[in-house]
Amino acid sequence: MAVVFERPKTLIKKPFTYCPGCHHGLAQRIIAEVIDELGIENKTIGVGPVGCSVYIYQFLDTDFVMGAHGRAPAIATGIKRTQPDKIVFSYQGDGDIAAIGTAEILHAANRGELISSFFINNAVFGMTGGQMAPTTILKQKTTTSPKGREPKSHGFPLQLCEVLSACQGSAYLSRVALTNPKLINQAKRSIKKALLTQIEGRGFSLVEILSPCPTNWGMSPQEAVDWLEKEMIPYYPLGEIAVKEGILHA
Amino acid sequence: MEKKILMKGNEAIAEAAVQAGCQLYFGYPITPQTEISEYLSQRLPEVGGVFLQAESEVAAINMVYGASASGARVMTSSSGPGISLKQEGISYLTVAELPCVIVNMSRGGPGLGNIQPSQSDYFQAVKGGGHGDYKLIVLAPSSVQELITLTHRAFYLADKYRNPVEILGDGMLGQMMEPVVFTKPQFPPLPSKDWAIKGKNGRERKVVGRLTLEAQALEEVNLRLHRKYQEIQKNEVLFEAFGSPEPDLLLVGFGTTARILKTVVREGEKKGLKLGLIRPITLFPFPRDEINRLANQAGKVLVVEMNLGQMVEDVRLSVEGRVPVFFYGRTGGMIPTAETILSRVEQIVS
Amino acid sequence: MKQKETMRLPSGRVIIDQEFCKGCSLCIRICPREVLGLSNRFNSVGYYPAVVESAEKCNGCGFCAQVCPEVAISVYRG
Repeated sequence: MAVVFERPKTLIKKPFTYCPGCHHGLAQRIIAEVIDELGIENKTIGVGPVGCSVYIYQFLDTDFVMGAHGRAPAIATGIKRTQPDKIVFSYQGDGDIAAIGTAEILHAANRGELISSFFINNAVFGMTGGQMAPTTILKQKTTTSPKGREPKSHGFPLQLCEVLSACQGSAYLSRVALTNPKLINQAKRSIKKALLTQIEGRGFSLVEILSPCPTNWGMSPQEAVDWLEKEMIPYYPLGEIAVKEGILHA
Repeated sequence: MEKKILMKGNEAIAEAAVQAGCQLYFGYPITPQTEISEYLSQRLPEVGGVFLQAESEVAAINMVYGASASGARVMTSSSGPGISLKQEGISYLTVAELPCVIVNMSRGGPGLGNIQPSQSDYFQAVKGGGHGDYKLIVLAPSSVQELITLTHRAFYLADKYRNPVEILGDGMLGQMMEPVVFTKPQFPPLPSKDWAIKGKNGRERKVVGRLTLEAQALEEVNLRLHRKYQEIQKNEVLFEAFGSPEPDLLLVGFGTTARILKTVVREGEKKGLKLGLIRPITLFPFPRDEINRLANQAGKVLVVEMNLGQMVEDVRLSVEGRVPVFFYGRTGGMIPTAETILSRVEQIVS
Repeated sequence: MKQKETMRLPSGRVIIDQEFCKGCSLCIRICPREVLGLSNRFNSVGYYPAVVESAEKCNGCGFCAQVCPEVAISVYRG
């Protein structure tokens, strides 16, 4: 029988520790598939964050360096500058990359640092139990915006890809979702393009992955997928936000 | 490079780092240590190394983390407020057991303070500084020549113990010029860094730095680190003894202050005072046994610092209440004079 | 409890690892042919996993495996 779908080699065979319906596992599987397809598992180094995303090191069969909250792009910079022949990526949640680590991601992008960042945006602080994130959308209720996010006291949801698109060093920026097979295939193409952007030495790359958090959104996995499509995607439109040809540093 | 040359402290550290095999430097400008960055921005590329000016001290120390995890010799430098920002990264470096060298050319604090020399970062350097149970190896040079030899030593000790090493200088040492000789760093060979993260390359994968959720497992980690610090305490104490070997009063001071205390010892001699000086060169590990021994012999101790009393606590712990320990300090960037210290000495002795 | 539920199908074969599945049901919803359902027995960590209920309807499209956040599903066709 022909294989339609099997677990990728670079995904360690054990059950994920994420909540039911969370897309962290899905995102990590797709990254593993791309690593397999590019044949780079032996020279890839992942950099982990703090938050639910931290667990990636337990599931992806590559070398990993785990560090402090939000600092992964700086750590990745240190690794890449020491080992330019390696493929270095960070995997970060919205609190990590868009709140506490805003400076590190912005300047990594602006330097055109030859790293790739995979950004899981689920509009909430997951591990600490559902507090408002910089990416929480307007009117969304969280444990620290109990009446819903409103701009006057909470400010506006941060569109990180759009912010980073102003950086000259950003060679590839894309926003994807994983709610159906078609979007999953698009996401996989984006993740591959991001890593190829790095491999070809073209500049900084980032893929923002919209992801449901059923537990902290107070929804069933199916409701969470529906809410993501109906409420999140309109504010965080999918697609390639920046694609620059050529080598930025040349 | 055996000949004597005149060199500024900050530049001497930078050149010594290159000679010790430092391949990467990440930093952020802050007075009074910026010459280290400026020197290395020119020098490191000449030897195939990497200089990168980071967007912040926080980013700089995390770049150090990444480079160290890659197995390279790496350094960052800053002063007081910048070292405060690095504390988060330093705590992570210690538990991940990543070697690196951190230079603090300290200045007057707290807060923004000023840019005058100070020793008020002693607690921060020696007692941890960031969160959790950990220690840095802390070296306290007191001349430009010693900035060189201790920079060499810092890289060696960092790799030997897989622990960050802080060089605690001050603005005076960083800015002063003195004649120096660049000697070759000579240390015993070290094991290869087989723990470095370099991509699997066909072997089992490696992970540096982990979340340790189980209390028992984390206690094990901390106990392992603790045993390492005990080993360092046993093996790596350095100090300089100066003046009378049988003193009537023991002086203790480090770095810039120790230079002034040497003048005090010499001037005291002229007045018939038998003064001894212990200058700790390693602040952690602290030379507590030698201080205890000489303090008991002298019967009295005077600790002088450019702060309001920080190392004096470790001296008191060393003598465990058996000997009175006096303190004199200036703060805010003020430097104690030999005359004032000597009159304090005369008060105590009489 | 069986570790794996295997079904041989005319055109497709779906294998759901009962211990990896957390019963989120995203596969059930995405399946265009209503092949899948939830088990009425819980697995060792307490989830009611997805199972193949109408194996004969499966054409091996792989949608279920594509959307599975637990990577608990393998699909074969032929």
